[in-house]
Amino acid sequence: MDSFVSNYVWPAAIMVGQSLLLLVCLLVFIAYILLADRKIWAAVQLRRGPNVVGPWGLFQSFADLLKFVFKEPIIPAGANKGVFLLAPLVAVTLALATWAVIPLNEGWVVANINVGILYVFAISSLEVYGIIMGGWASNSKYPFLGALRSAAQMVSYEVSIGFVIVTVLLCVGSLNLTDIVIAQKDGLGTMMGLPASFLDWHWLALFPMFIIFFISALAETNRPPFDLPEAESELVAGFMVEYSSAPYMMFMLGEYAAIVLMCSLTTILFLGGWLPPVDIAVLNWVPGIIWFVIKATMVFFMFAMVKAFVPRYRYDQLMRLGWKVFLPISLAMVVIVAFVLKLMGWA
Amino acid sequence: MGLQALFFYLFAFIAVASAFMVISARNPVHSVLFLILTFFNSAGLFLLTGAEFLAMILLVVYVGAVAVLFLFVVMMLDIDFTELRSGVLEYAPVGALIGVILAAELIVVIGGSVISPDIGKTVAMPIPALTERTNTAALGDVLYTHYVYFFQIAGLVLLVAMIGAIVLTLRHRQNIKRQDISQQVARTPATAVEVVKVKPGQGV
Repeated sequence: MDSFVSNYVWPAAIMVGQSLLLLVCLLVFIAYILLADRKIWAAVQLRRGPNVVGPWGLFQSFADLLKFVFKEPIIPAGANKGVFLLAPLVAVTLALATWAVIPLNEGWVVANINVGILYVFAISSLEVYGIIMGGWASNSKYPFLGALRSAAQMVSYEVSIGFVIVTVLLCVGSLNLTDIVIAQKDGLGTMMGLPASFLDWHWLALFPMFIIFFISALAETNRPPFDLPEAESELVAGFMVEYSSAPYMMFMLGEYAAIVLMCSLTTILFLGGWLPPVDIAVLNWVPGIIWFVIKATMVFFMFAMVKAFVPRYRYDQLMRLGWKVFLPISLAMVVIVAFVLKLMGWA
Repeated sequence: MGLQALFFYLFAFIAVASAFMVISARNPVHSVLFLILTFFNSAGLFLLTGAEFLAMILLVVYVGAVAVLFLFVVMMLDIDFTELRSGVLEYAPVGALIGVILAAELIVVIGGSVISPDIGKTVAMPIPALTERTNTAALGDVLYTHYVYFFQIAGLVLLVAMIGAIVLTLRHRQNIKRQDISQQVARTPATAVEVVKVKPGQGV
């Protein structure tokens, strides 16, 4: 009995505790990321943004949460009820499930699995189901069109994201996310005899891939300028037209969880995760988690700025960009990186 | 009975139950959704055997790409399922035959390893222990190092199939306007604008 407790109960309890802590921190972070998104957008357009609830509008997201929860969820008469309610749950669960393998600091990860990056890739490729199911189950034209667009878009951009990840893996030689960050401790900068610094991170060595990953991440999370699944000028609100109150909130939550995930993934793959920008006395006293959050927030700032000042793509241009521009470039880069690593003996 | 056995029965039960629902669900979209659930639980079973790479690839390829296209097609088609279902008994013998063949093959494979457990070590590329080689690297050894030519031939076969599919479906329609972005970007005032001095009282 004792061995049962020490073998199963304690590890399970610790894992549940860690997951809960991570989820609570993540949800609070998302609440403020949402507010930041609106504030940045407003600032670009010379507006104030939400500024009524709490000081400087800081509690706006929580007010929105209460409002969503207390409104009545409306299910259309022609909807396929089970799938209609399952869709937002799928969207939010998958978006949050990916966080299990994200290392926020050395050893700060719920599940440090060998194939971490593949897990993230697999789960984020499933996120399209929330949208397709929602669009189909609504039994209405706009949601269906939005869902079809979204499915095609996410599947297309996944291909280039996959190849970008492959180039990073070639440089690292491991699928484990912690290993990917640790591999960035030495790189181009240390080869030139400089101390460990931000020059070692992959963003410099794999600069074109960094750009492609960022843009593909925008498309993968349906962010503007690639928000065609919910393009309000043509599709009203795309796959979310028929959703209201809590199910709608779950879609939004899933979307933002996926966005924050993509920011963290950019941080891990290209910006050195929790490593300090320069490995000197004052900077490496700061805990790694703080560097991680700062970097991820910076990437999110870029996401928000892109939303504020880039006009929406036309659908055929979006497909052209994915298949005819990003795919050949990333494919070529996989070959080039593999050749360079092999010829220089770095592999 | 450890935790592994518990999870094995959980995944196996859901996989079998949802596989049954795939063929018995009335709505084709529900069938595809159950198929996805089956894939998902099979990935769980792969994980339990330590084949983590296969589990993730199953999710990426089948659930993330193939099933999406499947769902796409099923949603777009307006299938009348009562009509489709009417011929079920006609096809039952063929289905049963395929089932029997699959079952026999499974029995041969599993029975072989039960009768002589060491048979796995006599093959050309024995499976390395999980402790000495991660299964991502082990698969890479087989595919890209030892059997790279066969792998390349398989790739060529797929390439031929892909080109064939494109050739069969591609048609060049005349008289439609197409956007050529590089051409648009390359336009300059010199090539796009012509300044004409028109004298008063005369046309161009």
